[in-house]
Amino acid sequence: MNALAARRRHPAAIALLLLVGLLVTGAAYAALAPKQASAATATADQVEHGKKLFLANCASCHGIGAVGTDEGPALPGVGAASVDFQMGTGRMPMTAPGVQVGTKKVKFSQDEIAAVAAYIASLAPGPAIPDGEFTDGSKGDPAKGGELFRVNCAMCHNAVGSGGALTRGKYAPSLRHVDGKYIYEAMVTGPQSMPVFNDTNITPDSKRDIVAYLHAIDKSENPGGLTLGSLGPVPEGLFAWVFGLGIMVGFAVWLGSKSA
Amino acid sequence: MSTPHPGSPAARLRDHDVTPQPAVSPAARSVGGVAGWLDDRTGAAKGVGYLMKKVFPDHWSFMLGEVAMYSMIVCLLTGTFLTFWFVPSAGQVVYDGSYIPLKGVTMSEAYRSTLDISFDIRGGLIIRQIHHWAALMFIVALSTHMLRVFFTGAFRKPREINWVIGCILSMLAIVEGFAGYSLPDDLLSGTGLRAAEGFMQSAPVIGSYLSYLVFDGPFPGEAIIPRLYAVHVLLLPAILVGLFTVHIVMVAVQKHTQFPGPGRTNDNVVGYPVMPVYAAKAGGFFFIVFGVIAMISAVVGINPIWAYGPYDPSPVTAGSQPDWYMGFADGALRLLPGWLEFETFGFTWSLNVAIGALLLIPVMYTLMALYPFLERWVTGDQREHHLLDRPRNAPTRTGLGVAALVFYGILMFAAGNDIMAIKLGLSINDITHLFRTLIFVGPPIAFWVTKRICLSLQRRDRDMVLHGRETGHIIRTADGQFFERHEPLDPFTRWELVQHEQFQPLQLGPATDDHGVASPNARTDRLRARLSSFYFSDRVEPVTPAELEAAHHDGHRAEAIEAPEGEAHGELEASERH
Amino acid sequence: MNEHGTPPQGEEVVETGMPAYGSTAVRLDRGHVVGTGGLPQRFENPGLPPHIPRMADLEEAAAKRAEKQVATFFGISALGTIVFLVAYFAIDIRTQVFIPGIGDANLSNIVLGVSMALALLGIGVGAIHWAKTLMPDTEVVEERHPLRSSEVARDDVVQTLNEGASGAQLNRRPLIKYSLGGALGLFALPFLVQLVGGLGPVNISELKHTLWKKGDRLVRDPELTPIKASDVTIGSVFHVLPETIKDSQHVLEDKGKAAVLLMRLDPVDIHVKKERDWGYEGIVAYSKICTHVGCPVGLYEQQTHHLLCPCHQSTFDVTEDCKVIFGPAKRPLPQLKITVDTDGYLVADAPFAEPVGPSFWERDRT
Repeated sequence: MNALAARRRHPAAIALLLLVGLLVTGAAYAALAPKQASAATATADQVEHGKKLFLANCASCHGIGAVGTDEGPALPGVGAASVDFQMGTGRMPMTAPGVQVGTKKVKFSQDEIAAVAAYIASLAPGPAIPDGEFTDGSKGDPAKGGELFRVNCAMCHNAVGSGGALTRGKYAPSLRHVDGKYIYEAMVTGPQSMPVFNDTNITPDSKRDIVAYLHAIDKSENPGGLTLGSLGPVPEGLFAWVFGLGIMVGFAVWLGSKSA
Repeated sequence: MSTPHPGSPAARLRDHDVTPQPAVSPAARSVGGVAGWLDDRTGAAKGVGYLMKKVFPDHWSFMLGEVAMYSMIVCLLTGTFLTFWFVPSAGQVVYDGSYIPLKGVTMSEAYRSTLDISFDIRGGLIIRQIHHWAALMFIVALSTHMLRVFFTGAFRKPREINWVIGCILSMLAIVEGFAGYSLPDDLLSGTGLRAAEGFMQSAPVIGSYLSYLVFDGPFPGEAIIPRLYAVHVLLLPAILVGLFTVHIVMVAVQKHTQFPGPGRTNDNVVGYPVMPVYAAKAGGFFFIVFGVIAMISAVVGINPIWAYGPYDPSPVTAGSQPDWYMGFADGALRLLPGWLEFETFGFTWSLNVAIGALLLIPVMYTLMALYPFLERWVTGDQREHHLLDRPRNAPTRTGLGVAALVFYGILMFAAGNDIMAIKLGLSINDITHLFRTLIFVGPPIAFWVTKRICLSLQRRDRDMVLHGRETGHIIRTADGQFFERHEPLDPFTRWELVQHEQFQPLQLGPATDDHGVASPNARTDRLRARLSSFYFSDRVEPVTPAELEAAHHDGHRAEAIEAPEGEAHGELEASERH
Repeated sequence: MNEHGTPPQGEEVVETGMPAYGSTAVRLDRGHVVGTGGLPQRFENPGLPPHIPRMADLEEAAAKRAEKQVATFFGISALGTIVFLVAYFAIDIRTQVFIPGIGDANLSNIVLGVSMALALLGIGVGAIHWAKTLMPDTEVVEERHPLRSSEVARDDVVQTLNEGASGAQLNRRPLIKYSLGGALGLFALPFLVQLVGGLGPVNISELKHTLWKKGDRLVRDPELTPIKASDVTIGSVFHVLPETIKDSQHVLEDKGKAAVLLMRLDPVDIHVKKERDWGYEGIVAYSKICTHVGCPVGLYEQQTHHLLCPCHQSTFDVTEDCKVIFGPAKRPLPQLKITVDTDGYLVADAPFAEPVGPSFWERDRT
């Protein structure tokens, strides 16, 4: 995938990223809606620790004080939720600029991520890390979540969240087996191409229903057997041609050959 | 009733009656009991006896048609099962079945009954999956069967009718498949119907009327599901089974073609008789086809309608595709540019849709159905052909076939451009641009490359015949020379490489006759001569005995393989005489 | 023509482009060498190769082994059927079981499918193995005969037809011929007319109108709650229906035309004055129904402001009044003019100014 990632290098990528940052900032700032599902209360120590971590790992791109550079967007206002999502899913720190930042192995402990989140949240208000109450799928209604998911999410992420293509090499990632917290945070912060689904659009309760739906299909995942990636008729057709026809032809060759 | 007077006309009719003799062996007696009873009433023994002795040649590629036939039968069997539970209605209900993520959701009865088949009826899911996999395999197998028939020239006289029937069967099969795909009324199939409505609307002049008639008003309406159901379970299966019966009877009447080989001629069929060998092989193969499909259906899911949710015109899922056999039409729609839509006098021509959705399928199938007649016109060949061509021995036909296949393949893959984009990490825009180029560039390249490969393979065949098989034994002569010993082919192996005949291009007759009157067909004759030259000017002749003899004496010198450009020996005039 | 160049009986031979393998010399550059005398012009069909007997033909032990193998396959089949029957009654159809390589699958489905497959494959493999190892394997030759009937039979048919026609006086009484043809031709019409006439109402003006009218509140899909302008933050997207969908008698039909996508952009990013004017402080509403073939265009990329259709990848630029920048669609998505009502809720300021969805013939006719 590295070669492909390298191919996605484009002079516009940085500008794009900047734009992302600005928009995320703006969106997140504006998303500070009356009803908030927030859990975090940060201590001064935590903020101080986060600042150190930020200077060591993030400031090269986002600038000292997170004011942004040519390499990375300004972060005041993106909120703790954004930091928790980006670092917690391994998207940040990114290794190389590309059309889209993908997930990698997570490099920081949950405490370190929480510290950086607290530091960023201390710079300007933004969406906070959601309360566990709203990210626990078992407390939601999967059927209602399914309806919301099909209207708001399925067109990009596919009806069962296995992901889909966007324009020019961008993509909506798979949502299978993703922690409810990150699904919630992505909706609130709108990372990269994804639009923001603030709490007035989809209430915290509804967001939990969506998490419940995703977790329900994760659990009862394939009653029919192998799912072939849950990508619809294309892999099914491929399977019929390669394996279906292959096995049939194998038997036909055996049938037509002379016995020893 | 009185016995007719001896010598009366009625009695004379019975003059040749033979008193039935009791059968000799107990076995024959027991068979004769039932069979004899039947034959007394139908006279079937003659026909059945003839059929049981019919001979079928063995070749794996001859089984592709059987895979198609058996898959179709599996579809009929499982489909009948499904009709007992499926409710073809768009009436809205609230789901209360055992699939939790949809509990309480409003949906159509069609969708609910499909969910019930999948989750609440014993064995329902396996039958549904067998039905869908068998449908995919039916069209996969019939397509490869058609390719086999095309590339081996099996469509030639006297089998043109069966080729045309096959083309119609193939086209109806994909329509039948699409109807079935649409019935469950899930989000994916509903999106397919939504697009189908757009296709209909794009028809010039009648489009809106067509759409309103088919959907009984505005989309989606409540009529489309029951209507498609009638088409899917009654109308099309009846036509398919009827045409298929004609297809198979024609095969029996015309007897199966065979590949060339020692002992096989245009006047015979070499193989195994129906009784007992092919009864066991073909009969057993039905169980194998059914068994393989059942095995696939047991372990690989297909069309998880519960995952898509009920149809609703507002949502849509990423990766909205039709089943593979409609992929080429969907791919064409993805590649056609928007500027093909324009207006004249206030009327809208949506050619960007109509070309791919309405024209492509009929045009493609018409061209396919007409091909045998085109080739026959070009060759002027009126003979019956029961021996198949090896594809390499008909380079131009093979090239044309591969070019068409590449064209089709590009359209089909274009329908998966979004899946390719995410799975290969590419840009969907780049893929689309690439396919837009390939659709023009690919087929000619494929034609040229295939033809060259065919000619090379023929040359290799010649080489093999002339110089034999390389044994790997190196021999040193007394004066220190080394050479590898070549083993000459035995006559049976050799025959396969030298048996074919090569056409030569037709030559144009004089444009005017002896009296100076211009030939009325000069224009078509010229076209025909040009086509003939396109087909046959590049050719490799099979080795003749004299050449082989010369090769044995002279080593490599005596062969020059290809005729120079433009040389033509056939006379167009000659074929016109008849 | 058979292998030796002689035409089959009853077949009209037409000279074609075939080279005449006669007595004339063949040029070297055509791939032929002039024979030195005594050599045929073409190879001759050597006839069937010698039959090679199978193991089972030679050794009774091998035949016995084959017999046992066939019986084993049939036994597997019977076993498969029994497993199927037991599993059908014994396994609860809701049981999920973890199967390596597949994951959680429905146990009933897997066991029923596999046992059915074994039952079928056992019979199939057994029968074919039987045919291959024990049934006669000497190839049989069946002669072919030209399909064409004899000249006599053909003439007979023609004669019978002619006699029939003259017996019916078809040629002498053209009035009957033509009136019958006309009647038969007309007879097809009732079916056609019934079919076409009975299929559905045609009301093309419906295609040009949606549920939206001035003053309708925009409500969230699927909750049907109204939206305040302040709810729509920059970068967010709402899937919207008209509030009147609640009372609709034809919900799906109306949704299919009225579905709308609501987005908020920074007004600076909107490059078209009409788009800004028809929106409200950067909030713009566009028809969600693709102008290509009608799929919902829902894929909004909030950084690039591109809308992508998942069916055929038509891409619309929201900053440019949703004009098409890629893919097969031609027309931009129609914009719904919106404003806010006195309570601050977003409402439609006018119905759609043009038909939504895929093009049709009469689209631009009033």
